Parts: sequence; C-alpha cells; structure tokens
Amino acid sequence: MELKFELNGKKIATVVEADSLLLDVLRSLGCASVKRGCESSNCGLCTVFVDDKPVLSCSVLAARVAGRKVTTLEGLQEEAADFGAFIADQGAEQCGFCNPGLMMNAIAMFRENPHPSEEEILSYLSGNLCRCSGYEGQLRGIQSYLAFKDAQKKGEV
Amino acid sequence: MLTIRQYVRAESLEQAYELNQKKANLILGGMHWMKMTTRSVDTAIDLSGLGLDTIVETDHTFEIGCMVTLRQLEQHPALNAWCSHAVADAVKDIVGVQFRNTATVGGSIFGRYGFSDVLTVFLALNARVVCHHAGEIPLEQYAQMPADRDILVKLVVDKRPMQVSYQAMRHARTDFPILTCAVSCVDGVWQASVGARPHKAALVRDQEGLLCGGVDETSAARFGDYVAGQLNFGSNMRGSAAYRSQICGVLVQRAVLAACEVK
Amino acid sequence: MRHVNQPVRKKDAMALVTGKPVYTGDLRDPNALVVKVLHSPHANAMIENIDTSIAMKVPGIEAIFTYKDVPQKRFTMAGQTYPEPSPYDRLLLDRHVRFHGDAVAVVAGESEKAVDKALKLIKVAYQVLPAVLDFRTAKDNPVLVHPEDNWVANCPVGADNHRNLCAHDEMSHGDIEAVLADCDLVLERTYHTKANSQAMMETFRTYTYMDTYGRLNVLSSTQIVFHARRIIAHALDIPKSKVRVTKPRIGGGFGAKQSCVTEVFPALVTWKTGKPAYLVYSRQESQTSGSPRHEMEITVRIGAMKDGRIRGFDMYTLSNTGAYGEHGPTTVGLSGHKSIPLYNRNQEAYRFTYDVVYTNMQAAGAYRGYGATQGLFAVESIVNELAAELKMDPVQLRLMNLIAEGQVPPAYYYEPCNACALDRCLKETAQRMGWDEKYPCRDMGNGKVRSVGVALAMQGSSISNVDIGGATIKLNDDGFYALTIGAADMGTGCDTILAQMAAEVMECDVDNVVVYGADTDASPYDSGSYASSTTYLTGRAVEEACEKLRESIQKIGAALMKCDVKDTDFDGKTVRCVSDPQRSVSLVDVATASMVNNQFETQFTATTSSPVSPPPYMAGMVEVEIDKATGAIQVLNYEATVDCGTVINPNLARVQTEGGIAQGIGMALYEDITYTDKGAIREDSFMQYKIPTRQDVGRIHVEFESSYEPTGPFGAKSIGEIVINTPSPAIAHAVYNATGVWHRELPITPEKILLGEKYYETSSV
Repeated sequence: MELKFELNGKKIATVVEADSLLLDVLRSLGCASVKRGCESSNCGLCTVFVDDKPVLSCSVLAARVAGRKVTTLEGLQEEAADFGAFIADQGAEQCGFCNPGLMMNAIAMFRENPHPSEEEILSYLSGNLCRCSGYEGQLRGIQSYLAFKDAQKKGEV
Repeated sequence: MLTIRQYVRAESLEQAYELNQKKANLILGGMHWMKMTTRSVDTAIDLSGLGLDTIVETDHTFEIGCMVTLRQLEQHPALNAWCSHAVADAVKDIVGVQFRNTATVGGSIFGRYGFSDVLTVFLALNARVVCHHAGEIPLEQYAQMPADRDILVKLVVDKRPMQVSYQAMRHARTDFPILTCAVSCVDGVWQASVGARPHKAALVRDQEGLLCGGVDETSAARFGDYVAGQLNFGSNMRGSAAYRSQICGVLVQRAVLAACEVK
Repeated sequence: MRHVNQPVRKKDAMALVTGKPVYTGDLRDPNALVVKVLHSPHANAMIENIDTSIAMKVPGIEAIFTYKDVPQKRFTMAGQTYPEPSPYDRLLLDRHVRFHGDAVAVVAGESEKAVDKALKLIKVAYQVLPAVLDFRTAKDNPVLVHPEDNWVANCPVGADNHRNLCAHDEMSHGDIEAVLADCDLVLERTYHTKANSQAMMETFRTYTYMDTYGRLNVLSSTQIVFHARRIIAHALDIPKSKVRVTKPRIGGGFGAKQSCVTEVFPALVTWKTGKPAYLVYSRQESQTSGSPRHEMEITVRIGAMKDGRIRGFDMYTLSNTGAYGEHGPTTVGLSGHKSIPLYNRNQEAYRFTYDVVYTNMQAAGAYRGYGATQGLFAVESIVNELAAELKMDPVQLRLMNLIAEGQVPPAYYYEPCNACALDRCLKETAQRMGWDEKYPCRDMGNGKVRSVGVALAMQGSSISNVDIGGATIKLNDDGFYALTIGAADMGTGCDTILAQMAAEVMECDVDNVVVYGADTDASPYDSGSYASSTTYLTGRAVEEACEKLRESIQKIGAALMKCDVKDTDFDGKTVRCVSDPQRSVSLVDVATASMVNNQFETQFTATTSSPVSPPPYMAGMVEVEIDKATGAIQVLNYEATVDCGTVINPNLARVQTEGGIAQGIGMALYEDITYTDKGAIREDSFMQYKIPTRQDVGRIHVEFESSYEPTGPFGAKSIGEIVINTPSPAIAHAVYNATGVWHRELPITPEKILLGEKYYETSSV
C-alpha cells in the first residue's frame, strides 16, 4: 500500500505492506538511528516522535502514520549534538546502541518539562533501558545539560 | 509472528463493526501485545480516525474514548483530581512514557488481561463500557464476558464523590504487577478490586460492613483479610498463590487507609 | 601526566549520541540475503528426517542448509587462544540437537517474510530423547549429552564426555582437613547462581560477503576478531587465509560476544552461495540460544578462630556448561582462584575442587566476571555469615584477614601481590556509607527497615602466559599518528584510552592519534577484548610501540639535522639537538622527510604477554529498604571504591563501575533463568527477563583508591569485569541484616524475602 507522511520535515511517499512496522520502514528510509533491542516494547531503543510524541516505532504499524509527522534523531541532529555533548562529557554514551532512543525521549522530556526533578527524570526515562552505564552518568549528563540551559537563559553563559 | 493482509482506517463505527464480524479481522489497539502474537490477520481495523481519542467531561461523567492512551489518562487533570490520582497511580509504572503514549484504554479493557492495572482501577471506579452494538454494560459484567466481536467504544465513569486509592506490588519498578489493588468508597460502601492474582481483577464489596464503624488500621486490616479470603489466587513466574494471598490483605489495608487520607 | 588519568571524551562519543550509522546492522548491504536459524523445540533429540523441499519452494528462498551440508569436524565457538581449553564438541549443524534452541537448519532468502514462511515449512521428524535438565544429576547420568566418538578435548582439563564432564580438577595448598579440624568454628554453606544473560542492547549479528579476492569477509559484532577467523575457518573447514573478520562499533558485549554465536551461520550461506548474507538474532534468540553465565552451585567450608582469623577455605564448585562446553573449563577456575585469595593473610590451607557438567540446557559462555562473580557470591556471603556467627562487625573481620601488598597468595597461583589498596577501599567505602551508624539496620517506623551489606571483589588483568596484546603505531603526514589495534572497543572506550596512552608517550594531543581496529587483515595480532586484558596488556603494547616510534622520529630528526641521535631529544613537537639547541626540526618536517627517500621505519608493532595477572580490588556497600509486610526491596544507595591501579580515564572507569554495579544489582534482585520441564527457557524476552531500569538501581557512587601496578602501563590494572562482583553478596547481606534470613540463591525476590525460610522449605530450588 502507498504511504504518505512527513519524515523529519520532508514529505515522503513510499510503499509499505499492511503489516510493516514503522521501525523497519524508517530504517529502510535511511534512518539508521532507529534501533531494535527487543520484541516486547521494553527497551525504548526504537523511540521516535509521531506528531511530536515519543512512541515505540517497533509497535506502530507504518500504515498508521499516514498523514502524520514523524521525527527521528536524524531530524534532530542539532539538539542531539547539543545535549549529547553533555552525555559524552560523562563517558556515559558507552556502547551507544541505546543512545538514539534515549536522546529522543530525553528531548521529549525537555520539551514537556523543562525543569524535571531527579525523580521525574528517572520516571520519564524508565522505558529507556541501558545495559552499559548503570544510568548514573546519563543522569549526571542530563542534569548538567539542564543547568547549562538554565544558565544560558539567564545570560550567564 | 503477526501478519496482516490489509489495513483499513475505519470511516465510521458501523463500518468498523461490520468489518470486525469476520473472525480473521481485528481492531487495532496500541499493538504492544498484538504484535507479539502469532496469527494471520486479514484486515486490521484502525479506529484512529473516529475521534475516540478524547476524554470528555460532562456535568456528571467522564467519557473516555477507547483510543485514549494510558498517557492521556495519567495526565488528565480533571479526571485525576476527581479520583485522587488513582488512575495516574495505576498507569504510571506501566513500562515507560513511550509505551503509554500508544497503549490504549480500549485495548487494555477489551483484552481483560489478568495483569491489567487499568481494569483494576476502573472496576473500583464503577465504570461502564459502551459497546457499539450491545450498548452500555457495567465494567464488572463486561470483565467476565468472553471477548466478542463488538466494538468497545468508550468507558464512562460517574463523577460521584468517591474515596479511592490504588496500590500495586511490583518487583522491578516497571514490570508487570505481582498484585494490583484499588479500593473505593461511594456513599459509605467500600469495595476492593484486586487483579494480577494472576487472574483478572475482580471486585469484592464490604458486605459484612467491616468498615462501617469507621476506618482505622484495625478495621482496614480486617477488610484486607476479608478481601483476601474472598478471592482465589494462582501462581505464575512473578509469584506464588501463597505470596499473593499474603500481600493482598496488606495492599487492601494500605489502599483503604490511603483513600481516607485527605489529599 | 598530561593525557593519562584525564577524563578524555570518547573518540566515538559524538557519532554515538547523534545516532550515526556505525553498527553492523547499519553497515550491511541492505540487499544481503536474510538468514535465520531454525531452532530445536526439544532439549535432546536426534533428527530422524528433515525435509526442506516444500520450504525451498517459497518464492525468494535462496538456500536451506541442514546437518547434511556442513563439515563433520568438531570445533568450539569459544573465543579462546588455540588450542582452546573448551572441548571441540560442536558442528555447525548437527543431527543430534542438544538443547531447546539448538540449531537445526539455516535458511537464507530475499526477505524476512519469505524466510519466516520457509522456516515454518521445514518438516523435521525428531526422535525425542530423555534430557538432562538438572545439573546436579548430570555427572555420570546414563543420558549422555555428547555420546559422539569425534568429541575432542584439546587440553587436559579433566573432561570426559562419557561422564557428562566438561572439566574436572582439584587443587590445594596445605592440609585443609587438619586446619579445619583445628579451627574454633567451621561453617559449610551452599550457594546457587543462575545462568544470567548479558543482555547487551545490540543482540548478536553478523554480515558476510565475498570480496574482490574471493575471500569471505565477516563484519560482526564481536570482541574477538582473530579467534572468530579461526573458528569460522574450522566450522567451514576452509583455510584461515580465506577469511577476514572485522568489527564496527559494537552495541555492548560483556563477554557474550566472546563466543561466535552467530558468525558461522551467514558465513556458511555466503561461502556456499557467494552472496552477501546477514543474520541478526532476535532478543528471544539471544536469550535462548546465546552464551550466558554459567549456572553454578558452590559449597564452601570456611574455618576460623573465635578472634576472627580465617585459616582455611574448602570449596567445591559445580558448574553447568549446558549443551556445549564454551568457556566451561576456564570460568570455573575463577570461582575459587578469584575469591579465596582475598582472605590470604591468615590462610594456612585451601582446597578447591570442581566439576563442570554438560546438560541439555542453553550452552553457557563468557559473561563479565567469568566465574569470579559466582565464586565471590559464595565466599563473600560465607564471610558475612561467619561475621554473624562470631558476632563481629563484617568490616572489622575483613580488615583482619585481607590480602595486602607483599603477600604471595597460594590460591592465586603463588603470584606475588604487588599492588593492593583493598584495605583503603574498604575503609573509604565504609566511611562514605556511614557504615558504623547504619550497620546492621534501622527500623524506619513506617513498616520499613533500612539495612546495609558489604562485599569485596577481585579479578585479574589478562590471562597470564596466554593472552597477547598487540598495537601498531604509524607516523603520517603532518605528524599525526595512526594506532591500529586488534582489541575491540565494545563501548568500553578502549580506542580512546589506548590513544590517551599513545598521546602520553608521543607527547601529543589525543586528537593527534587516530585509532583503527579491529581487522584481522590489518590489525596486529591481539587475543581480543576479554579477560580484563585490554588496558593492561594492549596498553603495554601501545606504550612499547610508541617508545620505538619515538626513537625512530629522533633518528630521522638527527639525520635531517646531521647530528648524532644520542644528541637529540623530542618533546612531541620538535626534535632538537641537545648540544646545540638552535638546531631543531619539527615533527611535521620529520613526517614529511619520512616519506621521501627514507631509511628509517615509521611504523612499529609491539606485542605483549604477561607472566602475571595483577588483580584489581574493590569494596562495595549497599543500603536497601525493605517493606516488612510485602518483602518489597529497593536499593537506595551503592557505595563502591575500586583499586584498578592508575585510572587511565576517570570518566570511563567510573561509568564502567556504575554499569557493572547496575548489572550486579540485576543479578541479585531481578534476573532469573528458569526452565519448563521440557527444557525451554521461560525468561526469553525483556518482558520476562528483567534487567534493571533506572528506577531500580538506586544511587550509585564510585570512587577510586589507586595502587601502582609495576607491570601495568602507567601503573594500571584492569576494571572491566571486577565491577559486577560485589552487588549479589552485598545485597544478600543487607537482606539478612534486615530480616535475619540468608538468601543463598539468586535472584532475591520480594516473595523470598517475605516468606523467608518458609520459601525454601516449600519450593524445590
């Protein structure tokens, strides 16, 4: 079936099967940042935005995004580099395989709640598994990014 | 693995209902469970285009469309203000934000899953379901009915003043619950809904009036024991029947006490 | 030091955080054949008949291979130095399938849908055989997992396939029976750990294709390119010269990718069809046909005096290697040798005996900690139990018995302890935890109890007298350096820390060193990234190669300046004539000159091995909160102090430690592996196999107390593995301190905590 949607700001027309999953379609369209880590909606590696909401692309039929707006990390490179630098400064990216999903969901969190408490961070990102880092370095990176952003807003940086 | 021959975004409930009469067809929810099943689907029916993804507050009710996501439930200020956050408490530990952004109320309730936090809390809220064909059915009754080919259109809860609280026992924080529990009190009548036993949630009412003389630690504990005694428990990977039965009273007691706390 | 001991950002960090296509699945040809494996639905069965004719008719199917199509020489998938201690007990596909999930057939086709359809249409008639599903009954069981005649053990590891024995050994020092008989107190306890999955986020995957020269190219998510080359050549029975293995970025390994779990299957397809092929294991396959930790049951006897002196250990380890022997004979050794030496000070005797048995369960492999994790759960737990029996503070009991510099622990192969800050680690950790105030527990007055627990750990740094580290450094135009390695960065950051070491020696910026690896054609030989060897061994190779290049740079400079090389020095930017400092030549000019009519080498390779394996040491303390009415347990804080010698990169060492502790918390509390009575694993997904989320690990705080290891690069030892070892015994200790019940089997669930002794009386565990 034909599928038309907006991907990272560009109009896309492609052909998919009725049971194609959004994850596979996005990868075939060159969005290699979208990863699969499980088959049970647990890991968060495949997180993308549909109409600006973070969803698990492994569980969305591609057909369902017809006429909608899909964003992957390929479409958020500036924000990813901006925030990712703080993760990199902790060495918390480690193997990197969970990073795109984490970046996406963290960016969603920053947009929804620019001043999350520690508990809110842990809760919002609990659907993003990481096996390398033990999560502490990610938390440090997120908190120093938020502090930097605040200072930036106040004109301190 | 799941295969689907054809995808249809329904243009009306009637069209969806007609399509759904064929056994090989099915209605799409959030897809999280369905995608893990092994089946060949002929036509997958998507209700996304029918405006069923809203929570409508009327003078006397909340009407929750079947395509409302768990995340919408969690974040709805009026609904959660009315139910003392019990609905938010029930869904907040379900996997993660991304999961809850697509998992639907309809999928959760229609599936009548044993582990369902959603079913547990809405039973305690005395919800009713509205089916396209069968019309309005109390959720307590619907939960016991076998899955049929009708369409669950929405959930309705009356905005009557209610004391309510939600408690669940999980080990890993976002895992399936080992036991779920919601208690509520409307017009002085207490009831507890207990799920993940691992059987699906069921309601037990305080028919012996254990809490009529007032709620305190002792009466709440007695009600907890009573509820545990009324229910059957089973074993699965997450816990034994003995363990579930032992913590059931504790959760019910805590929920009763929490429901009585002024928020 | 300018670059060593600095928190340098990982060289690949920005590519990773911005989601660049750098992994196997991103780099493969999208038109490669899709390869999948048909797995056995039985724990033990002979294939009586296998009919692929209908499956072959599915449009788009390229090939289907069965046991009839593969070489009949046995090999091992264990990534170990040849001759491997792991028995040669595998065929690429075997008529005899030995666990639920074993490979039955390999299907290759144009699309996943076609392959899935074909998998369903392969008709297999099995003769189902009785299966060994309890490792306690495996030894001398009438059911043999490997009855075949061509089973071979290449090394004398005590293996006997006619007894289901993959390995057996006994070793001792002193007269343990006499020492125990003379002790005031002897405790005997049995501990049980499960077959945990590494659960790295990137599952097993391999892409294969033929190159211009008719060679099989294997791009794989592997920690061991050189071993993989040998294993693939063995499996296909082709010359090693026909195989090249490279690895891109790896999405985590933790030892899982020290076995060739997927490589051989697409390799077979490409070798037979000439076409590119790609196999990715699903999470389910990774959970059920992977290479998990060896399940072990360890019985320890500890003998001590009333004053707390620990005089002897007697340990018996029963290890379950599953259906195949990968890493079976070697992991078991660490259960004793990397636990008993911790208490060396007053130790007069030890005995360590083990059996490694075959069962019809998922074959085990290498997982961070590699047997030490299991052994330390037992030894650290029994030391805590001893403290309770003696009514002594477990920290004081440890301080009285710890290994220290200058000792020569018999249980650690009589290797002298050159560098050890374990006492400082323990004291520091206790202080940060507030041990004296918090031990053993505090009732919070709301039905909750907070308690603390402690454990120590050690590991090694490389396999002594076996492992090889290799590094090549090359001078290039403009004076930048290319460092080529055969070790595998799997997220650990070894590309970066090795570049830091190179920069330290070459006195240049880390950015001036580019790193390439690992590639069996281009990299110097390196046994690979495992056994906590890369920093220690490959690091030394980097140091040595760089020293040689420095000399050569000075030679070129001397020739350009027409002075004696002995009269020069090099500060990283300029070669100067010492006796006439006005004469100098820049590195850029040296580099340029090295490419014109040059007589001097500008590329050096160093190869290192080590006669010793210096242990890093560590102390860990946990604070938990337990709900007395439900048994719910929450980790609140974890304090850890590590002695890994000189810390090469504090950021990366810290994150390694935090990550290892989180995995250890998973092992202690959440990650279970259980089997159905048919031999199928129940925890075959992340829905059932619960690795911790960020809400499950509490707050982890790590510090370092460095000793200086004289044999290591810049004084460094290893860090990668040790960090997973303390949580299980520390948490079991904390649970005891809150409830009075010892949990000697993992994971420790709320149900076990609430029911306590009753749980173990009623369930057959």
